[in-house]
Amino acid sequence: MQSLTASLRVALVTIAVCVVGYTAVSLGVAQAFVAHTANGSLITAADGTIVGSRPIAQKFTDHRYFWPRPSAVDYDGAGAGGSNASPTSTDLTERARSLIALHGATPEKPLPAELAAASGSGLDPHISERAALYQAERVGKARGLSIARIEALVRAHTSAPGGSLTTERVVNVLELNLALDADFR
Amino acid sequence: MDALLLATLIVGGTALLSLPLGRYMTWAMDPTGPAPRRAGLERLFARVAGPLGHEQQGWKQYAIAMLAFNALMFVVSFAFVALQQHLPLNPDAKGAVEASLVFNTVASFTSNTNLQHYSGEVSMSYLSQLLSLMWLQFVSAATGIAALAALARGLAGRPEMGNFLVDLQRATLLVLLPLALIVATLMALGGVPMTLSGAASATTLEGVQQVIARGPVAAFLAIKQLGTNGGGFFGPNCTHPFENPTFWTNGLSMICILLVPMCSVWMFGRIVGRPRHARLVFAVMLVLLFGKIAVAVWFETAPTQAFAALPEVEQVAGNFEGKEMRFGTPYGSGPLWSVLTTCTSNGSVGAMHDSLNPMAGLMPMVGMWLNATFGGVGVGMINMFVYIVVAVFLAGMMVGRTPEYLNRRVEAREMKLAVLTVLAHALFILVGAAVFAATPWGRDTLANWGPHGFSEILYEFSSASANNGSGFEGLGDNTVPWNVATGLVMLLNRYVPILLPLAIAGSLARKRRTAESAGTLGVQDATFGAMLLGTILLVGALTFLPAAVLGPIAEHLLFAQQS
Repeated sequence: MQSLTASLRVALVTIAVCVVGYTAVSLGVAQAFVAHTANGSLITAADGTIVGSRPIAQKFTDHRYFWPRPSAVDYDGAGAGGSNASPTSTDLTERARSLIALHGATPEKPLPAELAAASGSGLDPHISERAALYQAERVGKARGLSIARIEALVRAHTSAPGGSLTTERVVNVLELNLALDADFR
Repeated sequence: MDALLLATLIVGGTALLSLPLGRYMTWAMDPTGPAPRRAGLERLFARVAGPLGHEQQGWKQYAIAMLAFNALMFVVSFAFVALQQHLPLNPDAKGAVEASLVFNTVASFTSNTNLQHYSGEVSMSYLSQLLSLMWLQFVSAATGIAALAALARGLAGRPEMGNFLVDLQRATLLVLLPLALIVATLMALGGVPMTLSGAASATTLEGVQQVIARGPVAAFLAIKQLGTNGGGFFGPNCTHPFENPTFWTNGLSMICILLVPMCSVWMFGRIVGRPRHARLVFAVMLVLLFGKIAVAVWFETAPTQAFAALPEVEQVAGNFEGKEMRFGTPYGSGPLWSVLTTCTSNGSVGAMHDSLNPMAGLMPMVGMWLNATFGGVGVGMINMFVYIVVAVFLAGMMVGRTPEYLNRRVEAREMKLAVLTVLAHALFILVGAAVFAATPWGRDTLANWGPHGFSEILYEFSSASANNGSGFEGLGDNTVPWNVATGLVMLLNRYVPILLPLAIAGSLARKRRTAESAGTLGVQDATFGAMLLGTILLVGALTFLPAAVLGPIAEHLLFAQQS
């Protein structure tokens, strides 16, 4: 009995400090200094509606937009997940075939591998610069713009995620598409 | 090659950081000698623990106090998760959680495992996440650190092992809390959400509705990584852009995964008064760690096998399935993280382990089977202690002397307990996997065929028994048989490998000190390091090689044959 009440007291103290206190302090710091990202990096349109979250991929099928990587959960922002398929699985071969058809890839112009592979979260907001340039021709045609202008826009939006520690430059697909709409409406 | 550079930076940087922090952790956990600024704090800890707070406990009393507190942790958290639909802080109106899933979840977080048969953003209210799960992430980690402090005191030859409830408060409030506050702040600054608002609803550029789950992620993330817990706020854990938004948060997470397990080794060395012995153990762990990293990175450079027959897809180095672009090359962060998180019994994932190439996917399993390459906070070093006892015994037999460890004779009783500890882990994994592979309990829940299906089952039991928590997540594991079986394995193999080593330490502490002579085996010498490494690999290989051959190795060979 003595040991139960002692345990209870320690439980209450640790809950008060580590749940209530710790959460309150981290919440206060985050909301005071980085409220935008702390609330989910939401992007609002001119009319105030939320169009998405910067780090969360959304679905694009229109030829006038760049497309993100495939998603095993159809870009469900409230139920993320990957394919969890073995890299030897024939399911992945089938999915890759449909993506080849979608992007119109050929052996002469092969699809960048990440556009055939789903991310772990199903919400990967990025594609590589190469994978964006790969889509420039399609986007340019659909918008009646020269490929050079589209490629320039892509290059203006890429960044190296880890500076000199990463070799491949990436681009946020949602940001790129917002820039497309803003520049070439 | 930037993958190995990244590994060296992360592991090396964390090792350097662990030196001062290990000293601090020893000061926090074992205040011997004059500590004037601490006196008030120590009185407070003792007062909170009530009349028992001043008691000095032997190993049995210490173990009983630990079990009593852990039972209370289980009951309190169970109640809050089971009743979440009636409780506040539930902005997205999460409903009731099924009973066997509540059992599994609470067993999982109580045992510092964080195996998740649910998806956080789908099933759990913010109250469940913070009050039940995050609280357990603090106190279950603290339980492990306390247990190691007690073990070390026993081995140092002190008659008593300390006071569990005081140790628990020291570990929670002096070690984990300050670190968590720093890391949660850094994570929030790095872009991780920290809000109590419910999910946001967006209308995408193409006019589709997208619900975007968010929440108090930064706080949860910090302690999940620091306490080798690993449970994700979101289903896909640290692959989720909110739980790991940038290359830099990814690196910080990996540092946090390794940090306290590394500090635990230094704390052990300081309390037993053998810093050179601790350095040797640290070196043996580093060798094992880099071995696993090198193998995982090497095999992950192979392109995705499923695309090999498709000339319309670029055959580039690295398998992108289950990985995010922002962390760099697919053979960089993914396999590195998978090794770090399983060596340390953390279990958070930065890439989907189910989608790793077969031999790269074997390395996380090896990490969980050995479970002592730094290992869980506190308990990893306890597991290593068991291997040390076995190695000391084997070495003693080889040279024909009575084996000794830290000036105490290791005899039949200690050996029985050590072997039992090693065997328990193997039995839980192999018997569990055999039963589920042979019955519809396991077979009907697989996402992949053939050897990879067997790997999914083997991985799940390895993860439960090692208190790791990662998974080959294709497995449809939210069923009553899986929830009950893994729940029991997690609990049993949480406490067996703490109680039996405490018993060994208690038994050694009662023996007379033997005098050191020229013939005494030096547990700080390179020879003993090689002996220890050999023992770990031999025990691991003998026990788990047949299972590994049936799973990942068979899949790799089939895959090599086809290409």
